[in-house]
Amino acid sequence: MHNRGLIILALSALACIVCFMTLGLRGNLAFVLELRLVRLAALVEVGIAIAISTVVFQTVTANRILTPSIMGIDALYVFGQILLVFLFGGLAYATLDARLKFFGEIVLLMTMACGLILPMLRARWDTGLMLLCGVVVGVLFRSLHSLLARLIDPNDYAVVQTGSFVNFNDVETDLVLIASLLTAAALAGIWRARHILDIVALGRDAAIGLGIEWRKTQIACLLLVCALVAVSTTLVGPVAFLGLLLVALSERIVKTRRHAVLIPATALVSIIVLVGGQTLFQHGLGNSSTLGVVIEFAGGVVFLILLWRGSRT
Amino acid sequence: MIRIEQVSLQYGAAEILKNVSLTIPKGGVTALIGPNGAGKSSLLSLISRLQSLQAGSITIDDLPVDTTPSREMAKKIAILRQDNQVGSRLTVKELVGFGRFPHNRGHVTQADADMVGEALKLFDLTDLAGRFLETLSGGQRQRALVAMAFCQDTDYLLLDEPLNNLDMYFSRELMRLLRWIADERGKTIVTVLHDINYGGGFSDRIIAMKHGQVVADGPPRELVTTETLRLIYGFDIPVTLIDGQPVALPFTK
Repeated sequence: MHNRGLIILALSALACIVCFMTLGLRGNLAFVLELRLVRLAALVEVGIAIAISTVVFQTVTANRILTPSIMGIDALYVFGQILLVFLFGGLAYATLDARLKFFGEIVLLMTMACGLILPMLRARWDTGLMLLCGVVVGVLFRSLHSLLARLIDPNDYAVVQTGSFVNFNDVETDLVLIASLLTAAALAGIWRARHILDIVALGRDAAIGLGIEWRKTQIACLLLVCALVAVSTTLVGPVAFLGLLLVALSERIVKTRRHAVLIPATALVSIIVLVGGQTLFQHGLGNSSTLGVVIEFAGGVVFLILLWRGSRT
Repeated sequence: MIRIEQVSLQYGAAEILKNVSLTIPKGGVTALIGPNGAGKSSLLSLISRLQSLQAGSITIDDLPVDTTPSREMAKKIAILRQDNQVGSRLTVKELVGFGRFPHNRGHVTQADADMVGEALKLFDLTDLAGRFLETLSGGQRQRALVAMAFCQDTDYLLLDEPLNNLDMYFSRELMRLLRWIADERGKTIVTVLHDINYGGGFSDRIIAMKHGQVVADGPPRELVTTETLRLIYGFDIPVTLIDGQPVALPFTK
């Protein structure tokens, strides 16, 4: 780790975590700490999942503007949720084994997202077209979602409602452990492949020339991205621009696209933004606004800037 | 040896390559010439497995290009494409270093560093080593890309119009380097050229393509003649011998 930016990021992230755990401690210490620890784990994991999935997605699609959520992958996931309720009813949905449901959803998401995005990559669409398609896909699934929401019983709808909006205050903690394992495994896999990802970033022809099995790598990366998106969406709900914000910010800080540096940097930035931001809102601003809204606003601005810059070059 | 047998390629109704058969033995510089749209780049893409074969077969040292693992092929053959757009933000040194990837899988050894240093020196890039690619001129970037292909240190090196964007000085330097790599390092070089006189000056063999077929094939002295060039390009080009080297002069009105 010869990058100074990386060291500063690591220290800042650590400071954020310490503040999150210790600020305003009151009452039964053991209880409060345990509660905070679980929430900390969830936030860190969501941050890492979003950050890493965005980095990999951008590398494999060869551009800086698209992220899994802009391509509508999490809209697809949320739609899958309500489809389940529609088909089996709210009671069955609520009583379904959470872990079993979680895995089922991941597998479903992987197949659907690959079926959707791989043909676009094969046809080598440009960014504009992919973006347009992503927006259309996102709108389609969101519309289908609201259609189903109108069709089902209001009580059933209440069951899925919590999963449909981003919420960093109320993280689904019962899946934290299993999601952690999944994220850690994905992270380990991506870390091992960091050099391969550098080559993938050169583009298809150069990568094949250097001995990458392009198709296999592309599919493997997309599957991984889907799994990570499912993890983060399950825990906090769909976030549109967070990934974009995290990656753009990290790239500015470490000034490289080499994955050996960018991956840890993005993970650290995500911890700073989520854990630090959450601490700030809870203790500094007295929960007067929500972190999700602010992040999405900032992320949206970054998205517009990137689009504007890209259109000029 | 590169062995191409009855290779055809179609995009929809358009026939790009029609039943092409060729063998390119080990060693030497082979120039591939022909008018635009003759299928030269497609042939290189097929040999270097960037495109999948539709009909026919291609083997390199008896390894079929379509079924041999990509990783293994990357140690046999390197390709420089015509439209090399590098997506990520890289320095010249990083890019050239990527040429070592098939050998080191990202774990750089001293031998790799030496090879990169040599390539930078050979291609006159030492002063540019720390510069980012997007800050380079077209010609400088082209040199960096050729240096990367060189670093891959493969027996076969395919280049698609490597002289693109290069000025007269660097065009000659690059051709001399290719000649040197072939002669001193025993590599096999196949390059698409548009200026037939570079082919005449630096190659051992010229293969001419037109409408997806090989129409002429031979050493420069036999091939660079007014008659053959008329067959390839469809107009009369005067050819003179200068110091025993045939020179085509398509510059008269």
